[in-house]
Amino acid sequence: MENENFVLIEGKKVAIEGERNLLELIRKANFNITTFCYQPELEIYGACRLCLVEVDGMGIVASCCVAPKAGMNVHINTDEVRRLRRVNLELLLASGNHNCTLCSKSGNCKLQKLAEEMGITEIRFKAKQKPVHRDTTSAALVRDNSKCILCGNCVRICNEVQGIGAIDFAFRGYRAQIATAFNKDMGLSHECVSCGQCARVCPTGALVPNSSEIEAVFKAINHPTKKVAVHIAPAVRVGLGEIFGLPQGKSIDGKIAAALRMLGFDYVYDTAFAADLTIVEEATEFLQRFTQGKNLPQLTSCCPAWVNYVEKFTPEFIPNLSTARSPMQMMGPVIKADFVERGGKREDMVVVAIMPCSAKKGEIKREEFYVDGNPDTDYVVTTVGLARMIKEAGIDFAHLPDAEFDHPFGTKTGAGVIFGASGGVMEAALRFAVAELDPKHAGKLDLSALRASSTVKEAELSVAGKTVRVAVVSGLRNARKLLDDIKAGKNKYDFIEVMSCQGGCVAGAGQPQFEGWQARKNRSKGLYDDDAKLAYKSQDNKDVMALYGTIFDKIGGHKAHELLHTHYTDHKDRTGQTK
Amino acid sequence: MPDRFKPAAQILKDYNYDSAKLIPILQKVQDAYHFLPEDIMRFIANELKISPAKVFGVATFFAHFAITPKGKHIVRVCNGTACHVKGSAGIIEAVKKKLKLKDGQETTEDLLFTLECVSCLGACGLAPVMVVDDIVHGQVTPAKAEELIDEVLKAEAK
Repeated sequence: MENENFVLIEGKKVAIEGERNLLELIRKANFNITTFCYQPELEIYGACRLCLVEVDGMGIVASCCVAPKAGMNVHINTDEVRRLRRVNLELLLASGNHNCTLCSKSGNCKLQKLAEEMGITEIRFKAKQKPVHRDTTSAALVRDNSKCILCGNCVRICNEVQGIGAIDFAFRGYRAQIATAFNKDMGLSHECVSCGQCARVCPTGALVPNSSEIEAVFKAINHPTKKVAVHIAPAVRVGLGEIFGLPQGKSIDGKIAAALRMLGFDYVYDTAFAADLTIVEEATEFLQRFTQGKNLPQLTSCCPAWVNYVEKFTPEFIPNLSTARSPMQMMGPVIKADFVERGGKREDMVVVAIMPCSAKKGEIKREEFYVDGNPDTDYVVTTVGLARMIKEAGIDFAHLPDAEFDHPFGTKTGAGVIFGASGGVMEAALRFAVAELDPKHAGKLDLSALRASSTVKEAELSVAGKTVRVAVVSGLRNARKLLDDIKAGKNKYDFIEVMSCQGGCVAGAGQPQFEGWQARKNRSKGLYDDDAKLAYKSQDNKDVMALYGTIFDKIGGHKAHELLHTHYTDHKDRTGQTK
Repeated sequence: MPDRFKPAAQILKDYNYDSAKLIPILQKVQDAYHFLPEDIMRFIANELKISPAKVFGVATFFAHFAITPKGKHIVRVCNGTACHVKGSAGIIEAVKKKLKLKDGQETTEDLLFTLECVSCLGACGLAPVMVVDDIVHGQVTPAKAEELIDEVLKAEAK
């Protein structure tokens, strides 16, 4: 019998294959309708009314809110649907401050895109301008509610995926807006951990990563006496290319190295070098804790939004956090210490980190990362921010020949490169730890369970007669659940990797925007492809190992501890509780 | 626990820390504190294990809730259709003048009075209606409104 399970979309049969809503089915049929409030990984909301279609017998419906049913006859471009979508868009345009040429989201804004697609050249409704309050108090994010269309994506991701709820709808009717608790500026929000996932799903310029430091970076490059070192995080090499029309997820580290040199940076390094260094320190720390049975499970500490989360919401786990700094915050002091060793002055070396992340911008401002008023890392520029610099400088990025990174701090292994994917830090740590515990262990570990594109993963390893239980979790709500289970005694692990963004740094707020899981898969694959071409484990990074005995005395030693480790502070809100 | 939080803690206990009861909890808390202070809302959020932004969202959605201090005595003047036709605008003006309230100001500097203009009190037969501390007065005139406020002031002076 012929399969009857299909929907007619503009007269064409489209099979129903478990799609969540009619909109997914319509998109599968190659009608890629631009909408604002539907995000595949969030609850269905139905606020923007731009996915309207006409269904025989039902009339005009929001296709995101309708389950596909066999026999439906769907029309997408009827006069009535076109008219209504246009009215809805015009009303959104009239109710906000949408001055595209003065917006950092210009060229990458869904509202702008849809206005272009519909050929909007005038707005028939009298514009009622919302008051403009550009909130730049957060190091990580800039917020401008006058550009907000109230699609609610930011509120839902902060609640549903991160389990935080730092922002929510507040006030009512025309005055309705997205607000932090008590309408504080973002920089004063107690709840915000700066992960920036709200900005990642914002269709307009209402919430964007802070990019105010780009000007200062150009100025530092042009400074007559200062030297400027730059290093790129793993995820950047698989994120930047798509902005310049290159295939999504393909690693283009060579092109990036070339572009950074053309921009005028004096030293072009790779954060993956410092990731190897992080592994040496953090996995050594783990082996000590594991042998002594102390402060287990060890929690990774390279994700700054996660560190913020622990400090603000689950400070009882601070002793479990690895004291090893993040790769970025190891790189800065190492570059500066090396510069000083060679006779330079610390403040004459400016370190710029290119990161896929908004929280990294806040991380460098932590007071423990300053020496006599000079920061370990001077500026963080996002992947998207770097694209802007490349464009402003007029560099024809897509056609650049590959260039090499500078050494020693551009030397890396595959273990350092996979840090950008969920599961990568854990895999890198296990590669190190197994080699330490069992020097005779040959060949590569099978850790495919940690590479799956799920948000909670676990693995068990038998090494030298001992069993190591590890978990990998991404998304802060998932992380919280895991911690709650551990507290309740339902689960036991030795080592847990946490990344705030689902899928890891490849899906960070500083990366080009995307929807759904495919982008995460493509970008992660790019990292594992690079990994396959490089040395396997962090011990194999000769330039990292050479630091011990020069800048540092020994692994985990005194000087290493000073430059490569950190501490954390309890910031939990205990309003009304007795101390 | 600081004394200031004890009434809120008791209300939360009475409602069994049920976050689904947020609205009635906030109503009781507002009765106890005369408005919803920031630290109390934060305390409620923490105890109910919901985000403070959610509590703030609910508190700012309903006109009934005040996030700035209200006066000790609440004067409500109805400005619904029936009351409006019967001259409530004059009553509002008279009360504002009597209490020396500027435009947009609801609460007196000494926190003794708050004037609320409400849309309907459901007592249209008595229009125009004014409510002083939950006592309903019908067929109010501007002069009567001033008298009612004087009565409160007299009681306060004792």
